[in-house]
Amino acid sequence: MDFEDSAEEARFRAEASAWLKANVPAKKELEGLDEIAASRLWQKRKYDAGWACIRWPREYGGRGGSAIEQVIWNQEEARYQVPGGVFSIGQGMAAPTLMTWGAEDHKLRYLPKLASGEEIWCQLFSEPAGGSDLAALRTKAEKVGDEWVINGQKIWTSGAHYSDYAILVTRSDPNVPKHQGLTYFFLSMKTPGIVVKPIKQISGGANFNEVYFTDVRIPDSQRLGAVGQGWQVSLTTLMNERASIGAGGGGVGFRQAVKLAQKLTIDDKPAIEDRSIRAKLADWFVQESGLKYTGYRSLTALSKGAIPGPENSIGKLVGAPKNQEMAAFCIDLLEEHGAIWDEELSEARGIFQLSYMSSPGLRIAGGTDEIMANIIAERVLGLPQDPRADKGIPFNKVPTGSN
Amino acid sequence: MNFEFSEDQNLLREQARSFLDGECPPTLVRAVLNGQKTGNGDLAKKIADMGFTATVVPEEHGGLGLSYYELCVIAEEMGRSVAPTSFSSSVYLATEALMLAGSPAQKAAWLPKLASGEAIGTFAMAEGPGRATPGNLKTSLVAGKVGGKLTGTKVPVADASVANIAVVVVKSARGDGASLALVDLSGPGVSQSPIKMIDPTRTHSSVVFNGAAAELMGADGQGWALTQRLLDRAAVLFAWEQVGGAQAALEQAKNYAMGRYAFGRPIASYQAIKHKLANMYVKNTIARSNCYYGAWALATNADDLPLAAATARVGAIHAYEFASREDIQTHGGMGFTWEFDCQFHYRRSRLLSVNIGSLGQWQDKLINAAVTSDAA
Repeated sequence: MDFEDSAEEARFRAEASAWLKANVPAKKELEGLDEIAASRLWQKRKYDAGWACIRWPREYGGRGGSAIEQVIWNQEEARYQVPGGVFSIGQGMAAPTLMTWGAEDHKLRYLPKLASGEEIWCQLFSEPAGGSDLAALRTKAEKVGDEWVINGQKIWTSGAHYSDYAILVTRSDPNVPKHQGLTYFFLSMKTPGIVVKPIKQISGGANFNEVYFTDVRIPDSQRLGAVGQGWQVSLTTLMNERASIGAGGGGVGFRQAVKLAQKLTIDDKPAIEDRSIRAKLADWFVQESGLKYTGYRSLTALSKGAIPGPENSIGKLVGAPKNQEMAAFCIDLLEEHGAIWDEELSEARGIFQLSYMSSPGLRIAGGTDEIMANIIAERVLGLPQDPRADKGIPFNKVPTGSN
Repeated sequence: MNFEFSEDQNLLREQARSFLDGECPPTLVRAVLNGQKTGNGDLAKKIADMGFTATVVPEEHGGLGLSYYELCVIAEEMGRSVAPTSFSSSVYLATEALMLAGSPAQKAAWLPKLASGEAIGTFAMAEGPGRATPGNLKTSLVAGKVGGKLTGTKVPVADASVANIAVVVVKSARGDGASLALVDLSGPGVSQSPIKMIDPTRTHSSVVFNGAAAELMGADGQGWALTQRLLDRAAVLFAWEQVGGAQAALEQAKNYAMGRYAFGRPIASYQAIKHKLANMYVKNTIARSNCYYGAWALATNADDLPLAAATARVGAIHAYEFASREDIQTHGGMGFTWEFDCQFHYRRSRLLSVNIGSLGQWQDKLINAAVTSDAA
């Protein structure tokens, strides 16, 4: 075992690292730009130099690189603080779906602009009545001539308020069992009849939205997959969602918590000397280290051109609750002062409080802890699915909370 | 990035697994548990004949001179089969101690025999309830003209009943307050009696030294530091045993849950059970990946071995404890009966959790190592 790059990988890393060093925008250059403008500036620069979307074929705006090259690029880029989160849904989820299910002219039209950052996409999946049970969604699609007419509501749509395009899954036939009656589209977010309403979160931010559809018309040519095949198309998107959200990163980490425990005291001694504090910190280190080396095992598979095993599916299920626990732990260390959430007064400008208030979202987004546990149980361990009260029943006969 | 066992190492895993499936089936573990058989006779001999005891011993001392990756692979399989033998005492502790601190003469005298299985070794540290420290050790080595005389009581000592030699941690007036002593357990001045353990598939004794002939291993007053280095190395191997056991416990629970029906369906289809098994898988995966890190640090003698060892050990304790408890829980009342094999893991996981220092000790070592490496 070793952690070394192959000769080819080392060459790629050196090239990427040199380009980044020369081209990462200076703070001054981004001054006065909002997040989207700053993200676009950096994305366009990468795109022009051939460093955007490493794995995508060149004709779609990518570099034609390998999976391991994408990972190496991510590692090198992560050494810098660069903007770019606004593209993750479009590039990470919409693009793979378009590549798998889209027509060639669509790929040539949309993928390069996704890669260059010119167009931002969002994902219109979850609904008030269909989150974990996504296939219970109700947004209606009716075929009228060569068009589809969409009516209904989506929710938890990150970035809908600044997106140009979206992927959308709808109910086209309520008379068949739920998975068989779905149809998948993409559409412009400027289409008449779409109303976006931001949702304020408990963390104070408003990153996601409700999206309402009133007689929104989509040409049939923007359908992905066959009529009634929307579930299979959605699975392509969801597999990529878990891959991109999978790490469950962010929030308070071991090093930050140690720093705080070194600085604060318990009974006039550094908190880091307290046995109960050390025990907790050690367990979190084990979790972070375990995720890191689990990632290395997957990378090894990628590096050999193989498909990684199922072990990476644990990332979000470990990482998200850990963030919440560590944030609460740091607030505890701060004692009464920990309840202050004020950028001026709070320790470390309030990152512990922000992390605590954001962490519930991480445990829910992209599959709740419970859904992730089901996925591990069913797909990794091969345990049987729960018997379903809606199995084989036409969607419009399935019991709901409102009937 | 090449963070994976090699094809040869995976081949060895298959060999070890099929060997242990054949030679160390649950029926043997049960027979040992019931006191009808011992794992230290035929099984120990066959394990030695496979060359497993010789894995990392240098060729000049009659060993195979293979890497620690091979030994980690074997350790995982030993844990998986809940092997009721002295393998861990002899290989992870006594052999390692000799390679770490033995004089050329001590190595020449014992390593070939330990490698071939002709002799068995063990390690003796505990002297009673609570954590051993240089300050509370009572066993002492009084220097004589040739070698010295060992006096004191060690309890419990794993596998002393079958071991030829023991590496004993004794108090010292010098240096770090402890020394290591090598003692021939068959000599005069050594008496022992078997003691009952929470895991009767591993024999343990109370050993009384009454002026037994013994030699220093390493320098006088460096025994505590040597012990810590020894335990760091052993911790990786014990962690692999624990991960092997944890995986076996998960499989046992899964097989039962798939076949057991309640309210007209397999209990494995209930989320309460699925989430339990998923959590076992999560803990096992975290532990296993940290064991990879430990294997790498041990095999390459990396500077961060203390951190890697503690990380592997803490993760492995959590994983095996959790898996063995939830394995019984998944089985319901049957899991609590003598007739079922769940108890093998429940007993073994508890024994392995304390035999080279409990969870708290390793959490403490982990933070020491992590905070030091941070400052460096």
